[in-house]
Amino acid sequence: MDNASLPVVVALMAATLRQATPLILASLGGVFSERSGVVNIGLDGIMTCGAFFGVYGSYKTGSPAMGILFAIIAGMIVSSIHAFLSIHLKADQVVSGVAINLFSGALTSYLLLVLFNRQGQTDGVNALTYPKAFMRGIPVIGGFLSELNWYVFMAIILVFVTYFILYKTSLGLRIRAVGEHPKAADTLGVNVYAIRYLCVILSGALGGLAGASLSLGTTNLFREGMVSGRGFIALAAMIFGGWRPFGAMWASILFAFADAFQIVAQGFGWAIPYQFYSALPYILTMIALAGFVGKTTAPAADGVPYTKGER
Amino acid sequence: MKKILALLVSVVLFAGLFAGCAKPNQPGGGATTDNRKQTDKKIGLATDEGGRGDKSFNDAAIAGLDKISKEYTVTPQILESKAADQYEPNLKALTQSNDLVFGVGFKMHDAMDAVAKANPNKKYAIIDSVVEQPNVMSINFKEEEGSFLMGVIAGKMTKTNKIGFIGGVDMELIQKFEAGFIAGVKAVNPAAAEDLINRKNVRYAGNFIDVNKGYELAKQLYNSGVDVIYHAAGGVGIGLFNAAKELKNGGKTVWAIGVDSDQALTVPDKADIILASMMKRVDVATYTASKDLIENNFQGGKVVVLGLKEDGVGISNTINPAVTKDVLDLADKYKKAIVDGTIKVPTKPGDVKAFQAPEIK
Repeated sequence: MDNASLPVVVALMAATLRQATPLILASLGGVFSERSGVVNIGLDGIMTCGAFFGVYGSYKTGSPAMGILFAIIAGMIVSSIHAFLSIHLKADQVVSGVAINLFSGALTSYLLLVLFNRQGQTDGVNALTYPKAFMRGIPVIGGFLSELNWYVFMAIILVFVTYFILYKTSLGLRIRAVGEHPKAADTLGVNVYAIRYLCVILSGALGGLAGASLSLGTTNLFREGMVSGRGFIALAAMIFGGWRPFGAMWASILFAFADAFQIVAQGFGWAIPYQFYSALPYILTMIALAGFVGKTTAPAADGVPYTKGER
Repeated sequence: MKKILALLVSVVLFAGLFAGCAKPNQPGGGATTDNRKQTDKKIGLATDEGGRGDKSFNDAAIAGLDKISKEYTVTPQILESKAADQYEPNLKALTQSNDLVFGVGFKMHDAMDAVAKANPNKKYAIIDSVVEQPNVMSINFKEEEGSFLMGVIAGKMTKTNKIGFIGGVDMELIQKFEAGFIAGVKAVNPAAAEDLINRKNVRYAGNFIDVNKGYELAKQLYNSGVDVIYHAAGGVGIGLFNAAKELKNGGKTVWAIGVDSDQALTVPDKADIILASMMKRVDVATYTASKDLIENNFQGGKVVVLGLKEDGVGISNTINPAVTKDVLDLADKYKKAIVDGTIKVPTKPGDVKAFQAPEIK
């Protein structure tokens, strides 16, 4: 076809959404977990597992959809370890999360050898096909849509779904109650442990999907270290977004925009060290936190293990 | 009961940490007849964070040792460093049981310096850096010379007259790739070199592992009209290949150039968008140094620099059919000019502006 390029602004918007997608998904995971009162530092490791098992699923079955399912299940399994440690055994949630992060890196690099007989990275597998040509045919916004991928749509839909669950259903009310005042919720007959388990495992599913969006989205392989700290950025986005789904989404988009912008900015040819550009997302966050966002308050019982019947 | 469970879970998690260290047995260990030459020398190697399986730098270094272990009765001991704070412990551990210890990567400079100083009777070799100790051999490459040839190919292959470069981290070593590449482009296609010299088409990822970042960097460059991109960015470059592949599937003509190893072979599903790769023969370096040790020719304190002349760098065996014979012949002529010293390839991007290549037809 042609080598016609997209206008810079359109390409920038598409790149922003692409880069925001894993952050949005993971930060939604964070919202679920922390809203129910469990800190989930392990999101980064969960994403690593999701990225790996997504590729493994696609490699084994030949179907990227199965890959995504594998990724989600892997995320749920890993997060259930975190749930067990922090809810059942009342371990320190930060320590447990850090353990998950360390464990995931080692586990995936070991399984890479066992399951793929590869070291460092897998070979390419089938990724989710996206109808670029069809999208381009859509008038006005076609060029923009053709640069996205399915995960972008999934992420945005899931923001609405999360919002709906948290604020418009009785389950959401229970989740928030458990995160704010588990004792009160317990006296009203809410099963605090069950809700927390559910939320942590849900956050694992979303983290796993976030990982798959990295390894089966724009690329089609797993490479060690490919998550490169996005789980932590997602946590920051969640806090920045005030533990709310839409807040987390906008924060993720802001981070991603700064990142996409710095790529364009490197091409301005200004005599500025590129490290400055790389620091842009973080500088923007600090400015935004200092100036535009009010005080963000965590759920009152966030990070506090709940013991039934304790005073 | 709960305590036992907690203990059990933590043991499982902890064991997982070490699971990653498990490695398959060395091949050839069970052979009944051993034709290898006898030696009692022992060789160890510590990788940097790239580790085994980086499909380029560390793997190449290990490949050199695999080769030596097929010729001599040595079983190289290899330790992977997962973080910078493991360099020194790994080098120390290897020193205990080996005669020669390799440190792969410039990042090991300080650790190597300290360990070599503390063990003057042992021998060491470092890749991509210079450690000034009498028992350390420093092996370096003229990446700029190999990259120059990639620049020649890129300069001839571009249709849009726009060429891009993606680097991992903006530092002296990667700048050698950048400078050599741009000089090569300038030699055959000065117009296309302009936006590389003023760094408008040069991007740095800030790391060597973020595949998705590489994809985004490449997408942005390709979208601005660039049609050939060379990378010196490790795993970030894999993202470049993905972006090129996606655009090619969409009907555009774009190319990527690989680095360090023959990436059309190591990343086979992207071979159709890889024009060629700049080979950095770290395997030759580790092989030669090991052989020197075994034959008692090892020269500590020596700084070895391997360029085109020594076959330390060069063009990969796999070359995309799209690259015409004329282009390859031209690259070969430039290679000869570099080998005989007619062309001195710049090592700093700032020097490319003043660089003038003699015209070669």
